[in-house]
Amino acid sequence: MAMEQSQSGLAAVDYQSRGEWKLRLRENIAGYLFLSPFLTGLVAIIAGPMISSLYLSFTNYTAFGRPEWIGLENYTRAFHDPRMWSAARVTITYVLAAVPSVVVFALLLAVFLNKGVRFLAVYRAVFYVPSLIGGSVAIALLWRQVFGAEGLLNYALQTIGIHHETSWIGSPSTSLSTLVILQTWQFGSAMIIFLAGLRQIPQSYYDAASIDGANTIQRFFYVTLPMLSPIILFNTVMVMIGAFHAFNAAYIISSGSGGPADSLLFFTLYLYQQGFVNFDFGYASALGWLLILAIATATAVLLISTRRWIHYGEDG
Amino acid sequence: MTLRRYLSASSGPCDKAEEIRWRAIASHPFFKHLVLVGLASLMFYPLAWMVSASLRPDVAVNNFSLWPGRDFTLENYSRAWQGVAGIGFDRFFLNSLIIAVASVVGNVISCSMAAYAFARIDFAFRRVLFIVMLITLMIPYHAILIPQYIMFREFGWLNTILPLVVPKLLATDAFFIFLLTQFFRSIPRELDEAARIDGAGHVRIFCTVILPLSVPALATTAIFSFIYSWNDFFAPLIYLTRTANFTIPLALRAVGDASAESAFGALFAMSVLSLLPVIGVFIAFQRLLVEGIATTGMKG
Repeated sequence: MAMEQSQSGLAAVDYQSRGEWKLRLRENIAGYLFLSPFLTGLVAIIAGPMISSLYLSFTNYTAFGRPEWIGLENYTRAFHDPRMWSAARVTITYVLAAVPSVVVFALLLAVFLNKGVRFLAVYRAVFYVPSLIGGSVAIALLWRQVFGAEGLLNYALQTIGIHHETSWIGSPSTSLSTLVILQTWQFGSAMIIFLAGLRQIPQSYYDAASIDGANTIQRFFYVTLPMLSPIILFNTVMVMIGAFHAFNAAYIISSGSGGPADSLLFFTLYLYQQGFVNFDFGYASALGWLLILAIATATAVLLISTRRWIHYGEDG
Repeated sequence: MTLRRYLSASSGPCDKAEEIRWRAIASHPFFKHLVLVGLASLMFYPLAWMVSASLRPDVAVNNFSLWPGRDFTLENYSRAWQGVAGIGFDRFFLNSLIIAVASVVGNVISCSMAAYAFARIDFAFRRVLFIVMLITLMIPYHAILIPQYIMFREFGWLNTILPLVVPKLLATDAFFIFLLTQFFRSIPRELDEAARIDGAGHVRIFCTVILPLSVPALATTAIFSFIYSWNDFFAPLIYLTRTANFTIPLALRAVGDASAESAFGALFAMSVLSLLPVIGVFIAFQRLLVEGIATTGMKG
């Protein structure tokens, strides 16, 4: 449509802009050709499935039937589903525990490393390794052993005279904590982002604060924290989204059941069970959208509530 | 040497002097390294212990020491190599490798093409599409999972590598597009202009000017693609159900479910084998990885 219009207007313009128009057309063709894999993926793999999952969430659809419109029934079912609520509780508890733990740990280590420690590159690389392998099945299996009844931790406690015979993973009151520890173990990538941010803070700010008589702790609270606040927010959002998605370790450690007593039933795991064990695609789609809404709400709350203390610098 | 000087810095009986002396000791680099090395040892102890336990017979596993000593045996590794359900570990290794290499190739080609369009070509709706691309970064996988599964099942792609590889060929990992776009934008435009005057079109500029200058960013994309794909558990869990098609993480899960808590020698051997490629890639390319995260905020 737009193309035809510009073509009919072409007769009136001079030769030079005709050449320009031709160039523009060529640029457009080239642009869309280079972009064609991305656009195909955008439509077929992302946008299309996203819209159909919204549709499916309003249907009753099991693996071998046909989707049948049932309105909000999946959502009211979720609302009355005790396992959905326990999955929500597990995920929220996990997010509230793991996110501050990772961010604070990464920040403290970054500040500690930033003060001219020798072999910085070595420490940085070493602390980063767990981020690369922490999500793997191998590490989840290791965790299962370490915190098991006859595991490394109980063995270590025994040698210092504490007899803890039961499994940390088998007990509903401690199982989730072992996964918070696993997430915290992977603080390295957040730490590297903090280190990059710390390097951007001009030394003159610290010098000025020192002249005004600020000690180390005051310099941390009045210079480092405000200057780093956008990066703290960024890391918090990224770690939080990752924590909402946590799945692998909970699946491996509980053998896919979410037990003991549903204490490891992450929301993602419950969604998996509904979708790929019960093949209840309609309900699983509704759970997927509830998870999206939860993540979007949590991100929005975080962004709005932090607006007051985020310091973007004088020139924005 | 300097430590001794610090320690004997003050000999006065005065409390203030005492305090200063202790502060000096505490801020000595030696103590910083003590804290850091201590923390690193604590973090890596379980890993080192896993390696050591994989080199010992099962009965000797409840042993703290990291040195297998006289117990040393490679028996666990030969058991691990036999795999699970009659299918050898080499098969799982090959399955993982094929998917990882295909993902790397797919991501590098499709994401660099998209990034070139965003960085260098002036087409309609470029800004809008760039923003759409950034928004897809935030869409959770669970929003699209079930229709994707139904679609790939309709195509008859279950138990093939296609559901795991085709999305990479279609540049669905927006992180890499973003990383590469930023990198391409930092290449001086004069180089394109020079090629253009020589009569080069976009394809030639892309292949002979931009790509050769972007090796670090392309390598970062390739390495992260490899590691993500190698560690991926969720997508293979859904799409690959036959043991012969399992990737290493799925095989590990199968062995882990089957073996008792006390018989994990072979399981640990298999775990160590599964981690080796990632550790190897990390050691070879750690500079690129660390810089990749620092500049894009990518999660490892």
